[in-house]
Amino acid sequence: MSLLILEALSKRFGGLLAVDNASLVVREGSITGLIGPNGAGKTTLFALASGFLEPSSGHVIFSGEDVTAEEPHLRARRGIARTFQIVQPFQGLTVRENIAVGAYLRHAGRDAALAMAESVAREVGLAPLLDTPAAALTVAGRKRLELARALATQPRLLLLDEVLAGLNPSEVRDILPVLRGIRARGVTILMIEHVMQAVMNLCDHVHVLAQGRMIAEGPPRAVCNDPVVIEAYLGHGAAARIRAEGGAHA
Amino acid sequence: MKPRDLLPLLLLLGALALTPLFASNLLLNFLVSALIIALGAQGWNLLGGYGGQLSFGHAALFGTGAYATAILQVKFGLNAWLAFACGIALAALAGWIIGYLSFRARLRGSYFALVTLAFAEVLRILANAADFTGGAAGLLIKLQPGLANFQFASRAGYLWAVLACILVVGLMTLWIDRGRFGAQLVAVRENEDAARALGVDVLATKLRAITLSGAITGAAGCLYAQNFLYLDASIAYGTWISVELLIAAIVGGLGTVLGPVIGALALHGLGEVTKGLLGWLTGIDLVLFGIILIAAVAFVPSGLVGALRRLRMRGAAR
Repeated sequence: MSLLILEALSKRFGGLLAVDNASLVVREGSITGLIGPNGAGKTTLFALASGFLEPSSGHVIFSGEDVTAEEPHLRARRGIARTFQIVQPFQGLTVRENIAVGAYLRHAGRDAALAMAESVAREVGLAPLLDTPAAALTVAGRKRLELARALATQPRLLLLDEVLAGLNPSEVRDILPVLRGIRARGVTILMIEHVMQAVMNLCDHVHVLAQGRMIAEGPPRAVCNDPVVIEAYLGHGAAARIRAEGGAHA
Repeated sequence: MKPRDLLPLLLLLGALALTPLFASNLLLNFLVSALIIALGAQGWNLLGGYGGQLSFGHAALFGTGAYATAILQVKFGLNAWLAFACGIALAALAGWIIGYLSFRARLRGSYFALVTLAFAEVLRILANAADFTGGAAGLLIKLQPGLANFQFASRAGYLWAVLACILVVGLMTLWIDRGRFGAQLVAVRENEDAARALGVDVLATKLRAITLSGAITGAAGCLYAQNFLYLDASIAYGTWISVELLIAAIVGGLGTVLGPVIGALALHGLGEVTKGLLGWLTGIDLVLFGIILIAAVAFVPSGLVGALRRLRMRGAAR
């Protein structure tokens, strides 16, 4: 069953068509990847899915209901949680307080919310830093905090915008099992990611966005060898050149 | 709420409640004035300190509370206590209206500050021009000491009335500080987009805050009217009140339960001392307030309460 359907979405900023008739389906229980060169419109597409932007045309359907015009906080209540590519911690608060804001969405009481915050912190590996001010976290810590806050809202769908960007390879290796664990709990994940090691490792299905349009989709391995995708990243003729070199670098 | 959290608030207010046993009328007068500002600053602090929406026009709420109590008694013969309740409700309504108009238009930061200032100034000019507010001549509440009229023969009565309000608001602030609404309000202050992504209804949260803030600051206005029994537009809606409330909250400690009370007492104490020493320099206390505000923002952004906390932590670490 499909949990999220983006139907022919377009978003125009003045003269710029940032997202052009893009469609995408996220199956319940899957980890779906969204990749594409810089400036392809991936983050804009996320903003449309989470309600931070309203599309110029097209529909967003979550769990069978049209939520195209709904405010972000209402979508969060439905179970859509997003992280930000540029991390947005509540700087003045501790890690615990940061996560608790997410937990308060489903828990009205302070004790329940704080308990939820702690259990999420354990899940993403922030437990030792619960009382640290968010402003004092490293990049890796802040990425985990983004993830933790989103998880604390107990979402059905998690939209992850480059949670691995800026992490070193060992930090990436540490966080992959965390993401797998989240999926294993039944949370569906749609992730924008540039770290191909992670995309290959995690995703069941990958969509490729270039210049606002969906140019390919399929299992990660097939998509990566798709000449259209290679050309979108490396320029016209690149696919042919790589083939000519015997695929030595592919 | 743990009893330990309540202790500083109860100790401070308890000590103040005992002052009539030994203090002179002069000191009591000073305390009542300072504590009315403290109460108003508690209201400002809820919106500005916890919610990060820095209002420069809380006089609009203070004045609405003050005028409502006075007019309802003088023109409509309403009982003073009922007028007090109506004043609080109307000030809350004024807060909601100002909030609805400016937050829905997504005004933030200095734009919000300017719009609130404009609201206060418009109300001041209207109150100065209209008939039913007494115009420029102001409004006199008839002196009728008696509990039924919310007027007291001794200053101690007013002092206890203000302290009771401060206690109620202090408990409410503490309760908010420890609960969901407080967490969401602080989240809005820290980062609106992140708060929205986590399911916080930013507009509703801000509206709740400014409505409560209006009720509290309005209550301060009501008490002002009852204490001095006289109002005019430049008192009730004057810029001085907006400025004093925000300085008290900032100097005392933004987003803390005790900050506004401590800030107001410290500032007024200092103001009185300078006026005593340099009385021939009219307005010297305002110059001093300005300097203190700059110094507080530059050197102790967490205010007196934050500085005290740091001292205590350093003491404990030693």
